[in-house]
Amino acid sequence: MGSIELKSVRKSFGAVDVINGVNLTIPDGAFTVFVGPSGCGKSTLLRLIAGLEDTSSGQILIDGKDATNIGPAQRGLAMVFQSYALYPHMSVRGNIAFALKMAKQPVDVIDQKVKRAAGILNLTDYLDRKPRQLSGGQRQRVAIGRAIVREPKAFLFDEPLSNLDAALRVQMRLEIGDLHHSLKTTMIYVTHDQVEAMTMADQIVVLDRGAVAQVGSPLELYNKPNGLFVARFIGSPTMNIVTGPSADKRGAATIGIRPEHLQLSKTSGEWSARVRIAEHLGSDTFVYVEGEGVGPMTVRAEGEAELKPGERVFLTPIEDRLHKFDKDGKRIGA
Amino acid sequence: MALKQSMGKRVGMSAAAWLIGFLIFFPILWTFLTSFKSELDAFAIPPKFLFFHWTAENYAEVQSRSNYLLFAYNSIVLSVGANIVGLIIAVPAAWSMAFVPTKRTKDVLMWMLSTKMMPGVGVLVPIYLLFRDFHLLDNRLGIGFVLLMMNLPILIWMLYTYFKEIPVDILEAARMDGASLMNEIVYVLTPMAIPGIASTMLLAVILSWNEAFWTLNLTTSNAAPLTAFIASYSAPEGLFWAKLSAASTLAIAPILILGWFSQKQLVRGLTFGAVK
Repeated sequence: MGSIELKSVRKSFGAVDVINGVNLTIPDGAFTVFVGPSGCGKSTLLRLIAGLEDTSSGQILIDGKDATNIGPAQRGLAMVFQSYALYPHMSVRGNIAFALKMAKQPVDVIDQKVKRAAGILNLTDYLDRKPRQLSGGQRQRVAIGRAIVREPKAFLFDEPLSNLDAALRVQMRLEIGDLHHSLKTTMIYVTHDQVEAMTMADQIVVLDRGAVAQVGSPLELYNKPNGLFVARFIGSPTMNIVTGPSADKRGAATIGIRPEHLQLSKTSGEWSARVRIAEHLGSDTFVYVEGEGVGPMTVRAEGEAELKPGERVFLTPIEDRLHKFDKDGKRIGA
Repeated sequence: MALKQSMGKRVGMSAAAWLIGFLIFFPILWTFLTSFKSELDAFAIPPKFLFFHWTAENYAEVQSRSNYLLFAYNSIVLSVGANIVGLIIAVPAAWSMAFVPTKRTKDVLMWMLSTKMMPGVGVLVPIYLLFRDFHLLDNRLGIGFVLLMMNLPILIWMLYTYFKEIPVDILEAARMDGASLMNEIVYVLTPMAIPGIASTMLLAVILSWNEAFWTLNLTTSNAAPLTAFIASYSAPEGLFWAKLSAASTLAIAPILILGWFSQKQLVRGLTFGAVK
């Protein structure tokens, strides 16, 4: 069990409103990702759920019970910090066992649980080492192990992979995914990396300036962003945004088209453009062009497109993959 | 990054460093040497450096004339005792300022530091009169209290800078792990802060040990520490250089030895927070 519900949650630091009335339901067992640019309040929201910050107003329900005013220790949640926050003076064993020791569990139970967690996380050989003798990935695993042994109602991850190098990040991402699969415990994961959000989440919560911009599955957000903010934020490379005659013609103030939904031609098309640079990834080519009258755009071409800087190309959007927005940046139509 | 220097420059730098080190150390060395001279050799001109008649009679004389052990005992009790009490006050104070700061925390810290800026002589008369009226003159409790108040700002400041270096995440992790405030202090913060607490304590003990202004003015015999022991050898009827040196050597030896063995901690304490 571990459903979490936020009702009109607000948080201000002095005169600054960091969270402006968030209503949110996190279903039991779901992998929910909070994503947004830095300063959008996603970490603060997580800390409010954890109990490390007090709400200014509103309610936080955990499993239907009001947890707004109870301390972090009593909420039954476990948190994995960006900095790992391992106890530097304790061995890996001591770190993982700490919460159980605080809960005054019998020694043999602690020992058994620590061994099991270490087994799951491939830490068995490192139990007697100190955190400083571990690599970044191993430290992160210890932090996760510390969370697992408590059998929490939910795991809270605060940008847990941002201190790891790219390769390790992909690996740990998979490991956290596997972990969610086998434990089936509610997980809330904060990140500013939309790729992490897209690949891991059952449900993504996009935050913008302390408010929820949109909640939905990764593909819902990709296919039907409810506004320009989400449209720009989800998807990589970023969606191309076009205003002016091309948008007017389609009855919108702004239209958006993803780089993978632009057709590239050397002979004809809706927009004429000059190639600025082509990035060859092997499987794809990202072509950055300067469109005439529509400004800079990004095109994703399959395979190895033979393009040189300065070359003239033509672009045509796939009509049914176009996103239309009104003058307030809201989505038009379904 | 290694700075490449020519051989000559390196030799020059080493020589300069040794020279400066020797100059700083010279008074202590001279005191030590003088303590083994006869009173006549002690002020001989030209000074005798190593070739004099070595004698330990000054130490015997000093020992028989005054009770070194009582003074040493007072020094230990006062400097260690006052600072243990100081730590008990300073740890929670520094802690709350480091981890639960308010808008006024910086002001409070500055105010505490400002109390160190006033010369002690400015309050000597009122404090002396208070001590007289409360029968605290030449009383260990009285002088201990003054030493405590004198060091408290330093204790709090140093501990504050140490605690500031401890990542708050780790304390929050302990809170998430179900640790009570007490458990957080005992199992997480204190073990992490032990090096800081130790070097703070060490520095404060040295400062108290060497404190001469208040100890000379407020104590005479019963509660007098080693500073008073040294001073008693510069009598109005004439200086006894050799005996004064012997007394000085005896007085500074314990703290010098303590400092020597803990120099690593001390340097860390003095420069903590200077980098990073």
